[in-house]
Amino acid sequence: MEQTSTHTEHRDDTASKIGMWLFIFTELLLFGGLFIVYSVYRFKNPVAFHLAAEELSKLIGTINTVILLISSMTVAMSISAIQLADRKKAILLLSGTITLALVFLVNKYFEWHGKFEHGLYPGSQELFDLGQGDILFFGLYFTMTGLHALHIIVGIIVLTVMLVKVIKKNIQSDNYAQLENAGLYWHLVDLIWIFLFPLFYLIS
Amino acid sequence: MSESKQPSYLEYQGKYKGLFGWIFSVDHKRIGLLYMYSIMTFFIVGATLGLLMKLELIAPGKTIMDAQTYNGLFTLHGITMIFLIVIPGIPAILGNFFLPIMIGAKDVAFPRLNLLSWWIYIIGAVIALSSQFMGSGPPDTGWTFYAPYSFKTTTNMLPAVLGAFTLGFSSILTGLNFIVTMHRMRAPGMNWMKMPLFPWTLYGTAWIQLLATPIVGITLLMVVAERTLHVGFFDPALGGDPVLYQHLFWIYSHPAVYVMILPAMGVISEILPTFARKTIFGYKAIVASTLAIAFVGYFVWGHHMFTAGMSGTAQFAFSFLTFLVAIPSAIKVFNWISTLYKGSIHLAVPFYWAASFIFVFMIGGLSGLVLGALSTNVHVHDTAFVVAHFHFIVFGGVGFAFMAGIHYWFPKIYGRMYDESWALTGWVVFFLGFLALYSPMFYLGMKGMPRRYFDYLPEYHGPNIFSSLGAVVMIFGLALIIINLIRSARKGEKATANPWNGTTLEWTIESPPILENFEEIPTVTEPPYHYK
Ligand SMILES: [Cu+2]
Repeated sequence: MEQTSTHTEHRDDTASKIGMWLFIFTELLLFGGLFIVYSVYRFKNPVAFHLAAEELSKLIGTINTVILLISSMTVAMSISAIQLADRKKAILLLSGTITLALVFLVNKYFEWHGKFEHGLYPGSQELFDLGQGDILFFGLYFTMTGLHALHIIVGIIVLTVMLVKVIKKNIQSDNYAQLENAGLYWHLVDLIWIFLFPLFYLIS
Repeated sequence: MSESKQPSYLEYQGKYKGLFGWIFSVDHKRIGLLYMYSIMTFFIVGATLGLLMKLELIAPGKTIMDAQTYNGLFTLHGITMIFLIVIPGIPAILGNFFLPIMIGAKDVAFPRLNLLSWWIYIIGAVIALSSQFMGSGPPDTGWTFYAPYSFKTTTNMLPAVLGAFTLGFSSILTGLNFIVTMHRMRAPGMNWMKMPLFPWTLYGTAWIQLLATPIVGITLLMVVAERTLHVGFFDPALGGDPVLYQHLFWIYSHPAVYVMILPAMGVISEILPTFARKTIFGYKAIVASTLAIAFVGYFVWGHHMFTAGMSGTAQFAFSFLTFLVAIPSAIKVFNWISTLYKGSIHLAVPFYWAASFIFVFMIGGLSGLVLGALSTNVHVHDTAFVVAHFHFIVFGGVGFAFMAGIHYWFPKIYGRMYDESWALTGWVVFFLGFLALYSPMFYLGMKGMPRRYFDYLPEYHGPNIFSSLGAVVMIFGLALIIINLIRSARKGEKATANPWNGTTLEWTIESPPILENFEEIPTVTEPPYHYK
């Protein structure tokens, strides 16, 4: 019989990991809806999509892809570091991940800024004059990379919380499920970019 | 009642007192009741809106409101009933309360996430309802937010769409919580095939919530982007395709019908064995059909769009799949009837509700086939026939099952019995009112009366009077039921632990349960519904 009648918090790391995976499914489906829309309109406007893709900077896109891939690696390494109780290394790697994420956003800002300067944004007269395929391409471009950037921002917040917890020793070698889940989320954010990059920058 | 030293969850004094002890409680039972009180409040609003619409339709021409008010009313009625009441409904109320108990757990897997889901629900509701009071007038698109009207209309669409988006979040988190709970927290000995059917249906439901809701979420965000940024996804003037909106919308919203009806079927599958004193007929068939419905339900959305422009092949495929999805539902009906066959039936109010559920569910389901067939669909598309059909399923199905469930589990929830004669009268009046309200609409639809108009041709007058009077009767019955339940929760006779002679785990614990449900986690050896 139980002595206390308070809710005792039982830690179940497997449960939280299953929960995280389910959440990741829903995130993938959220973007899945946009991928469907992308495919439909690409199918309907092949030429316009091809020409519009040339407007995007393959260089910045590639740099950002590399940045995210490295950040995925650093977050995974920080988990290994925690498992080995190497707190300093974990702090360093997590800070590195967050920095890379911020650099990604800065690049994204300059990229978007360039598009705005050329009048390539939803609702602009220039875009309207270019025709329907371009309107749809840039509508999708801003919506999908925008939603992705939003996920990067959420990721930065989550990783920062994790960093603080590692510093405060709330995450340690015997209790790191949260960090693993945060890492999982960050991999998801990368994975989505891995799809976005070829769809907008490369396929022609 | 409670001989033990431990106080019940209703008396238990946690960190906070009074109201805060409820709205900040992470106890799944209190959260279930939080949902019930909020959903019931919204339901009274939604039902009142419905009654006003029926009063407008009591005579042709303008009766009590003008066309625009009527458009606003049916939109708000739909949004409230669908997003605020029927979709969360049974899982959030009865599921939250009974799922952990029925699988022998102390709580759900993530109690704090559970509380957060309720808060998100309330925030979503406030956002959605704020559309009525601010900006440029109540939304008038109907609950489906069809493009291009949803971004062309000058009414206050944004809060309604964003509210629905937020509510989707709450729904996803509840589903996620339930799935993990069932995977991780079943009592020792309770393998999947010993799990009662209500948890099973919640399991199927949770997967639909998880996998379908994000699609409508992103679709609603696209409408927001369309209205605010003119991205052109659904705007033909910018190259977009409004029919694509309909596809995306129904990819979610047809499975959403199963989010509503599957848990209802689960409730019925609990009640019938208890009152027939007999094990459920075809437990495995019911489990399999639950999963089949959840799966096939994803591929039938096109039947909402037969007249919207779709290739002949697609029409054929969607129609065929729609007929296919009727089969597992029919299997369930046969199982329920067979459960009653040669049972020693104990007649009580939950049983009456369950039996009438089967009746209205069959009418709703069979009329659904009329809509799933291509030729008849074209004839009755967007008529009162459709309204009658989905009210029989959604209100008749889900509503009746909820009524069955709330009367069945009332003694467990409050530790008191409801008043039998009031409850019986309420059921009779409500049931008759319901039939009088919706049956004429099948006829009216067949005769060609379109839905969503505040006016109609004079030849439709007779059946409309009948229908409107039915609405008044039904609301009267509803009032009887609600008054009875509120009174009985406070003053009813004390209930025993197992007033119905049920066999599932919730009947082995006290009424009302203690905070952690079980003094000791039980070990399960028998399958559910084990009557000797
Ligand atoms: Cu449907």
